[in-house]
Amino acid sequence: MEQKIIGIILHEVSELNEQLDHKVAIENGENAGLYGLTGVLDSLGLVTLIVAVEQAIEDELGLAISLADERAMSQKNSPFRTIGTLADYIVKVSQEEA
Amino acid sequence: MDKPVILITGTSKGIGKALVAHYVALGHHVIGCSRNAVEWKIEGAQGNYQHYIADVTDEVAVKAMFSDIRKQYGRLDHLINNAGIASMNHSMLTPLTTVHQVLGTNVVGTFLFCRESAKLMQKKRYGRIINFATVATPLKLEGEAIYAASKAAVITLTQIMAKEFGEYGITVNAIGPTPVQTDLIKSVPKDKIDSLLNRQAIKRFGQFHDISNVIDFFLKKESDFVTGQVIFLGGI
Repeated sequence: MEQKIIGIILHEVSELNEQLDHKVAIENGENAGLYGLTGVLDSLGLVTLIVAVEQAIEDELGLAISLADERAMSQKNSPFRTIGTLADYIVKVSQEEA
Repeated sequence: MDKPVILITGTSKGIGKALVAHYVALGHHVIGCSRNAVEWKIEGAQGNYQHYIADVTDEVAVKAMFSDIRKQYGRLDHLINNAGIASMNHSMLTPLTTVHQVLGTNVVGTFLFCRESAKLMQKKRYGRIINFATVATPLKLEGEAIYAASKAAVITLTQIMAKEFGEYGITVNAIGPTPVQTDLIKSVPKDKIDSLLNRQAIKRFGQFHDISNVIDFFLKKESDFVTGQVIFLGGI
């Protein structure tokens, strides 16, 4: 499941990249930085990505999940740091909501 | 643009029902929702009107409705947050259950629909959101504390969301109607209504076309530089 989720995130990031001046380095795969110290997304870019990923997860996996809840925002280590940390977080949220 | 896809809340009666007829007549594809099934029939609405039964404060039901709209249409162009409830009573006589109901429908419902609509609209970098305020807020009407306060919150939501959604090509505006002869004000004493009308520059009830005229303006493609605004009717 995690590989499928990584594929979904990569697809959505590559669509988002078309609108960005500073693009996410998707060639780095799971280690590509999204948001925070090593990331390139600003807060608007992150909002756009989260909404797109939530919709794609619902379309492709049939799971209606919310990624930007208080828990995600208050974690010491943000789940939005890299594609890999975001995928881990989605797996965790999906298992909890299943 | 294809036939605009417009979502209107609170379409079972009153202004919501009239808005359905108006936008069906203009050739929009109209989606409506209310807590109950609609009992009316509008000429020409068949095939151009789709109704969902949902309480605007029920996040699960609302998200399921938006998911369905996204799968069917792939977009949403316009949202009119018309659903609302009023409470006319002295603050000392207002039960807390009423406070929760008014805040739930008017504030939480408006927020939820704005949020979910913006998620759909941002993909196309286009959207128009219209919220409902009221003249009771600037006039600070006695006996309408919780209703006026809830609509003050709607105005603040409108102004802040206008800034948050502006980058996505989504405008957010509000209309503040004067009293219109609908169920919403049927329990308000006549002397109260007369006193309110007397505080307007133009001393009459609002008509449906007064409301649709302002909404039509906000919805226009050319209104893409108009956002975060509240237009009060009647001259207050």
